[in-house]
Amino acid sequence: MSPNDLSSYLIIGAILFVLGLFTVLTRRNAISVLMGVELILNSANINYVAFSHFGSGNADGQIYAIFVIMLAAAEAAVGLAIVLAIFQLFHTIDVEAAETLRE
Amino acid sequence: MDVSTAVFYLIALITVGSAAMVAFSRNIIYSAFSLLGTFMGVAGIYIFLGADFVAAVQVLIYVGGILVLILFAVMLTHRITDVQVTNRSAGTIPALIVVSVLAYLLIDSALETPWVKAKQLVYEATAAKIGDLFLYTYLLPFELASLVLLAAMIGAVVLSRKEIKE
Repeated sequence: MSPNDLSSYLIIGAILFVLGLFTVLTRRNAISVLMGVELILNSANINYVAFSHFGSGNADGQIYAIFVIMLAAAEAAVGLAIVLAIFQLFHTIDVEAAETLRE
Repeated sequence: MDVSTAVFYLIALITVGSAAMVAFSRNIIYSAFSLLGTFMGVAGIYIFLGADFVAAVQVLIYVGGILVLILFAVMLTHRITDVQVTNRSAGTIPALIVVSVLAYLLIDSALETPWVKAKQLVYEATAAKIGDLFLYTYLLPFELASLVLLAAMIGAVVLSRKEIKE
């Protein structure tokens, strides 16, 4: 583990990924599930930038990281709008309560 | 141990600790605020990796945009008075087993693989390089990104508006 070692960054990314996956798997609150998705996207970004820095040395990995950040912003906006719509309909955002397909 | 190594350990600790708070906290407000530590820690890791532009974008979009959106959603969907156990978990034990097996596999493969390393590591400003790549090699995805953002904006407005019943 040192700042000049690829595997230390990969380990941080792996830990963030499993924590995000744990959040997505266990939470029953829709906003918490979205937080877990953000953690997973951040871990993927760390891997992109780390491989770009230690491997090729060009900025392609950073481009992909910026695209992932852009898609995460779009996902957060649409996801939270869906959560608000679910809250207006069911008066709760428990993902187990919102299981009907029609009003 | 020199200063940069100590700072790296501190940033890694902040990142992983805040992520653990997000995953295990029983109060959704605490979860949302510890997401701030994770995002800032990841920005610090980008700086260690020589990606200054990505770090700035991370702070601007994640901390300034997504975190504020999440906090707004939390405030709009919970009564602030009953924040005791707002963040229920279910199926913790099987999820823990799956996740720890996955963590072991990922960390083991990260440590065991003989990664090919670059001859020398470069630390220079990346904004000009990224701008060139966006306008030459990645021009089509760059333009598509604006379309995706427009669609997401319209979609969010349509989904979250109040329906007016006659």
